[in-house]
Amino acid sequence: MTPIEDASDAEDVGAGETFHAGPEVNVGGFERGASLTMGVALLALVLSRRRVRGAFTLSLLGAYLSWRGATGHCALYEALDTGSAGDEEEGRLAAGAHDDVSIEAAATIAQPPDQVYAFFRRLENAPRFMALIEAVQVIDATRSRWVARTPTGQILDWKAEIIEDRPGELIAWRSDPGALVHHAGAVRFRPAPGGRGTEVRLDVEYDPPASALGRTLARLLGSATEHRVEEDLRRLKQLLEAGETATTRGQPRCSPPSLPPA
Amino acid sequence: MRANCWFGKHDVRLCEVPEPQLLSPRDAIVRVTLTAICGSDLHLYDGHVPGMQEGDILGHEFMGEVVSVGSGVENLRLGDRVVVPFPISCGRCFYCRREQWSLCDNSNPNAGLAAAVYGFSCAGLFGYSHMMGGYAGGQAEMVRVPFADVGPLKIPAGLRDEQVLFLSDILPTGYMAAENCQIQHGDVVAVWGCGPVGQFAVRSARLLGAEQVIAIDREPARLSMAAAAGADVIDFSAEHVTERLTEMTGGRGPDACIDCVGLEAYGRSPEDLYDRARTTLMLATDRSTALRQAVKACRKGGVVSIAGVYGGVVDRLPLGAAFAKGLTLKMGQTHVQRYLRPLLKRIEDGTIDPTFVITHRVPLEFAPEAFDMFKHKRDGCVKIVLTP
Repeated sequence: MTPIEDASDAEDVGAGETFHAGPEVNVGGFERGASLTMGVALLALVLSRRRVRGAFTLSLLGAYLSWRGATGHCALYEALDTGSAGDEEEGRLAAGAHDDVSIEAAATIAQPPDQVYAFFRRLENAPRFMALIEAVQVIDATRSRWVARTPTGQILDWKAEIIEDRPGELIAWRSDPGALVHHAGAVRFRPAPGGRGTEVRLDVEYDPPASALGRTLARLLGSATEHRVEEDLRRLKQLLEAGETATTRGQPRCSPPSLPPA
Repeated sequence: MRANCWFGKHDVRLCEVPEPQLLSPRDAIVRVTLTAICGSDLHLYDGHVPGMQEGDILGHEFMGEVVSVGSGVENLRLGDRVVVPFPISCGRCFYCRREQWSLCDNSNPNAGLAAAVYGFSCAGLFGYSHMMGGYAGGQAEMVRVPFADVGPLKIPAGLRDEQVLFLSDILPTGYMAAENCQIQHGDVVAVWGCGPVGQFAVRSARLLGAEQVIAIDREPARLSMAAAAGADVIDFSAEHVTERLTEMTGGRGPDACIDCVGLEAYGRSPEDLYDRARTTLMLATDRSTALRQAVKACRKGGVVSIAGVYGGVVDRLPLGAAFAKGLTLKMGQTHVQRYLRPLLKRIEDGTIDPTFVITHRVPLEFAPEAFDMFKHKRDGCVKIVLTP
């Protein structure tokens, strides 16, 4: 796991604020719990359904409520100079919360490790199974440029470097320090028992922007990202086993109803 | 083209929709010549299946003529007449290679949804909710068939559509239910539910060597249909099922019990029986009644085979009885592709004629009325086929 641990370059990738233990707690215990529950529920709703109207707004609201619940800090209360927390809450300031978001996912693919490795190593293949990746441009033997489109339509691009490459076994990379969300990852390939092909295991760690909000958001979005990574691995498996990814995009449906009930 | 679309509980409509296109290399487009309404479609119709969206095209029992093939389909030619299995299977994953087609790893585009509920996703299905892939179904003039190099079975000239249509689902479903009983010479097999799947289970049990088959239902017409295949019958509205079974088997209990009733949601239970079950006190109060009876009635060391589908959590399943008696429980969505050729052969040589279950032949235009008739079992409705 050395590559991943190496990843936490000290470059300032977040806001320039000095980080202290956390924002002031001004939301009471019960309300914090409720806020967190509602926020997570909203996020879960948005993540679990493909078409929710206003998904972006809902996910923002969900993220904010979760953050508000998790940190006990409400910006609105602060602006109004009010709050629902007693002084005793001060003592509960969470110090030194986890900085990194780490994601793991695994899939077994019915192809030999060499082939799965080779497909993955050809980085230009990434957009074929990574939903958010629009394009990958290989710069040289180890460096590449990645372009992603976030679910909200924002275009992100960054450079990444392969820091360890063992054919048929492992590829480890990290983003350049300038990346908005600094991250590092490794994908491992090993033969599955009983001739079932290859166990592919993906580990990614994000080093979110150094602010409490950035941290909390990254943590919350971590589960969403894990879901995405699992979906990406599924598509990789579909491509390598079935030769294509399962889709219904573009199939007919009745929308809106063009005929009244018969 | 015209298609029968779901809009909500008890609301299906014939709609004009765009024609399907090839979306992936292994796709084919089939012009549907005959399709059917399955009892499990009534689960959708009654609003029991989550993950349906307004405008979804229904139907998972269909056959027709190949009118377009993708670059990855080499075994089909334009004009081929094919029956299409209801599970969509890639043919190359661990499960497909073991002929466990309905467990395919790669055919559900919404696998994450299914995995969240079941732990892992199984095969995508035609016209059966977005959790099962959200594929447009076959109650339409045309349908897109993914992995068309794997599923569709070419039908030789000389066989009528009606003779082979049920290879798509209910015939293999009844057959697999009986096969799962591992029938030995001299066995007695009891079948709960005499809808089309139950009828095929009764006949398959006979074919596979059961000495006696006991069919359980309460509809005289269906009981006679089972009796016509040589089954003894129990009318559950008039007799105590488990007591009667013990009597009829000399105090031993059946060697194998087949549940063709099922519970809810993602069902493939016998068309009519499901509907009837809802209206009977017996099943309205607890919908796993048939399964509970089967577990209780089964002889020690016997097999309980479940063809009717269970979607969620079963309450008060007598697992203690199953454990104490050392029962084997077998179940699952049908691995249709495994049975296509052997059953086609049985149809060709005249051993099986599945057409006996058809009670109504209706143009696709009347699909909404047909659903209503099927649900309310008007006019002795057992099985409806639709002609686009």
